[in-house]
Amino acid sequence: MIERKKLRQSLKQTTRSFRQLLPVLVGGLLLACLVVQVVPQLIHMGLFGHDTFTDTVMAAAIASVSTGQPVVSYLLAGELQKAGIELVTVTAFLTAWITVGVVSLPAEAVMLGWHFSLWRNLIAFLLSILIAWLTVVTLHV
Amino acid sequence: MSEQTPAKERTRSRNSRGGWWFLLAVILLYLLIALFDIEYARRSLQHFLKMGRDLLPVLILVFLFIWLFNLSSSMKEKLVGLSGRNSGIKGWIVAVTGGILSHGPIYPWYPLLKELKGHGVRPALIAAFLYARSIKLPWLPLMAHYFGLTYMLVLTFYMVLFSIVNGWLVEKLLRRGDV
Repeated sequence: MIERKKLRQSLKQTTRSFRQLLPVLVGGLLLACLVVQVVPQLIHMGLFGHDTFTDTVMAAAIASVSTGQPVVSYLLAGELQKAGIELVTVTAFLTAWITVGVVSLPAEAVMLGWHFSLWRNLIAFLLSILIAWLTVVTLHV
Repeated sequence: MSEQTPAKERTRSRNSRGGWWFLLAVILLYLLIALFDIEYARRSLQHFLKMGRDLLPVLILVFLFIWLFNLSSSMKEKLVGLSGRNSGIKGWIVAVTGGILSHGPIYPWYPLLKELKGHGVRPALIAAFLYARSIKLPWLPLMAHYFGLTYMLVLTFYMVLFSIVNGWLVEKLLRRGDV
């Protein structure tokens, strides 16, 4: 049987964690909602259409500062593909969208530390390009 | 409960204030944008309210989960044991599987990860968990619908593989920074 004192103590501890999270959560979501509207505009502004490597890095960079459900990235990636952008670029866009979180970085850093968050996101960004290349190579084998 | 040292108290207080400063900065950004484009700010705010509504059930679930976690010291020890310094392959499996199975937005998971980190869970496993979260099981059929089944399988395979690479690299770089 759990003691009432222990129950109260752990509830207090959990509430304290959440109180600390609340401004980060609200701020992160507000920021995400600002950024998510810019992405389709960037695509239509003609930021792509250079060489494959530049397009891929550009796509991964745009996706990194974007946020939202993966389904949004599928739709946008679909638009890129329809516009004639190469599969490696589209894949980098998809992968960076779901693995890199520039918008959620401040929240992550406040909770887990700046060094951890910066390294984690930087590595995820580089890996998104590598994964895109590997995926396309594997599909063509 | 153990007494908090003054240094720990100061760090905690700085961390909690950091969150409020961040929120204030975002509110100021909204006000600035509203000055130039009120419609853009209004649309963003509407989006935020909708996201907030979607998030609420997940937040309640995570709150209950952390409460349960804090309540059961044996459960806490077990989880930390499974992903602690000497957890080996078991720790990686727990981190990657946990990441894949966890759902909802990332924000509610941070306090739990912070709690685990404080109890000695390896940064590599936290990073692997966060990376593996990008594999969203419910959305995979949709990805297959857009890009084909083979594409979905190949990409998912690499995501699982690189969640471990990501975790390993993050820990290596953090350790190098500590030297």
